[in-house]
Amino acid sequence: MASLTNRSKVLEQTPLNFMERLYLPNIFKGMAITFSHIFKKKATISYPEEKRPFSPVFRGLHVLNRDEEGRENCTACGLCAVACPAEAITMEGAERQKNEEHLYREEKYAAKYEINMLRCIFCGLCEEACPKDAIYMSETFAPSNFTRQGFIYSKDELLIPDPTTNKEGYEAARGLREAQIKK
Amino acid sequence: MEILQIDLFLFLEKLLLIGGIITFSLVIAMYTTYAERKVAAVIQDRLGPNRAGPFGLAQPLADGLKLFFKEEIIPLTSNKVLFIIGPALAMMTAMLTSAVIPWGSSINVFGRDVSLQIADVNIGVLYVFGVVSLGVYGIMIGGWSSNNKFSLIAAVRGASQIISYELAMGLSLIALLMLTGSLSMKTIVEQQMSGGWGGFLGWNILYQPLGFLIFLICVFAECNRTPFDLPEAENELNFGYHQEYSSMKLGFYLFAEYINMFISSAVVSTLFFGGYDIPFVNETTLAASWGGNIVAVMGFAALFAKIVFFLFLFMWVRWTIPRFRYDQLMDLGWKKLIPLALANMLITAIVILWLNK
Repeated sequence: MASLTNRSKVLEQTPLNFMERLYLPNIFKGMAITFSHIFKKKATISYPEEKRPFSPVFRGLHVLNRDEEGRENCTACGLCAVACPAEAITMEGAERQKNEEHLYREEKYAAKYEINMLRCIFCGLCEEACPKDAIYMSETFAPSNFTRQGFIYSKDELLIPDPTTNKEGYEAARGLREAQIKK
Repeated sequence: MEILQIDLFLFLEKLLLIGGIITFSLVIAMYTTYAERKVAAVIQDRLGPNRAGPFGLAQPLADGLKLFFKEEIIPLTSNKVLFIIGPALAMMTAMLTSAVIPWGSSINVFGRDVSLQIADVNIGVLYVFGVVSLGVYGIMIGGWSSNNKFSLIAAVRGASQIISYELAMGLSLIALLMLTGSLSMKTIVEQQMSGGWGGFLGWNILYQPLGFLIFLICVFAECNRTPFDLPEAENELNFGYHQEYSSMKLGFYLFAEYINMFISSAVVSTLFFGGYDIPFVNETTLAASWGGNIVAVMGFAALFAKIVFFLFLFMWVRWTIPRFRYDQLMDLGWKKLIPLALANMLITAIVILWLNK
């Protein structure tokens, strides 16, 4: 019978020869293979101490960006929320008051900014949509929480550390970002 | 009144030796579980336990503690007495064999020659066989009293397997015993030590390679180790005969398995690999210059090294070969090993007769 796909394999059904029936030579062959694996490079790592390097385009949890003076970049334009295919982002805009110039870069800012990490699919479209470089995706991943409510990240969880009060934290977070941009 | 005339020091020394060997085998069994996980890991390109203590060395302690603190569950429909006797029997039979194994030559303590063997029974090999056969009861009783079909199937499998392989094991040993002419373990070791090349040429493995192979395969089967681990086939029988067990009773079964491995390795080393003989070293001349005690300790170390090798072999094989099917198991035992052992026995007998003529 002609085969339909030409991919079928003819099954070899010759009876085992004497060496194969002895069984032991093949056991020794198998044992040699497992023994050689003792000296192979391990496929696993000790995770919390060692971490595998991320790809430069890795998309982890979001960070809301500030500029060097500690002012929030976000203007609550809503482009990220529109771009989001999972509809994970909600925000409420507010107008900047007279004495708030050191807090917000532009006249409008996000009074409330929430990302539901259970909805988020980490596609990175919000980052692409943002005209103000106000949101980017970090290398933090695998968020954990006890409640569903806890996965709705508000501004305090999302904002990058303020460079005027917590310079080290800001630079650590920025440093990863610079490396990302360079690549 | 004969019994009261036993030398008090003999009593004390044997008591100490028994305590020492039991503690020793328990510790070894503990660390064999650790070694098993480590060997399994490195063979599968993993790291293995490395969290508890340096290199994960406290892992067996943690496991043991966990087993102690687990809740004891005795199933309502089980036979309670037998349910408790099962693991106790498994543990006891595992330990009993160590009594006749010569762990070393004698050491000199305060002018007394203390033999490193609990009992030099002149039917040592037979004793080992007897006790090993009793080991079936641990499995059988445990599986039966659990009142669970998986446990029962596993117990029946275990019993039939052990009984089948015991025959081939005994037949393979008969050939060996023809060579040695003695059933005492100590005599067997001493005969091997008197061979050429510091005892190496006296090792029975050189005269009984086929017998050794058959014996080793049967030992694997008796210990319920892969490829013969049908009684505790996790993926077929939900853990087999100890499925209903929890807490330290389960621990006893698992421990008994590892002690069995340890003791079997000791028996194989003793019977075929010269026991406490250090290869390429003449112990008597060495003892004259270094003192008997040091040589005895070295001999023990040599035996221990052999045991460790066999323990590694057990693990190595376990993580290489898949489990036999039941019919393959019986086929191998009855149709291959027993005729082979018989042929081996016959050939040995003929050669011995030929050489003695």
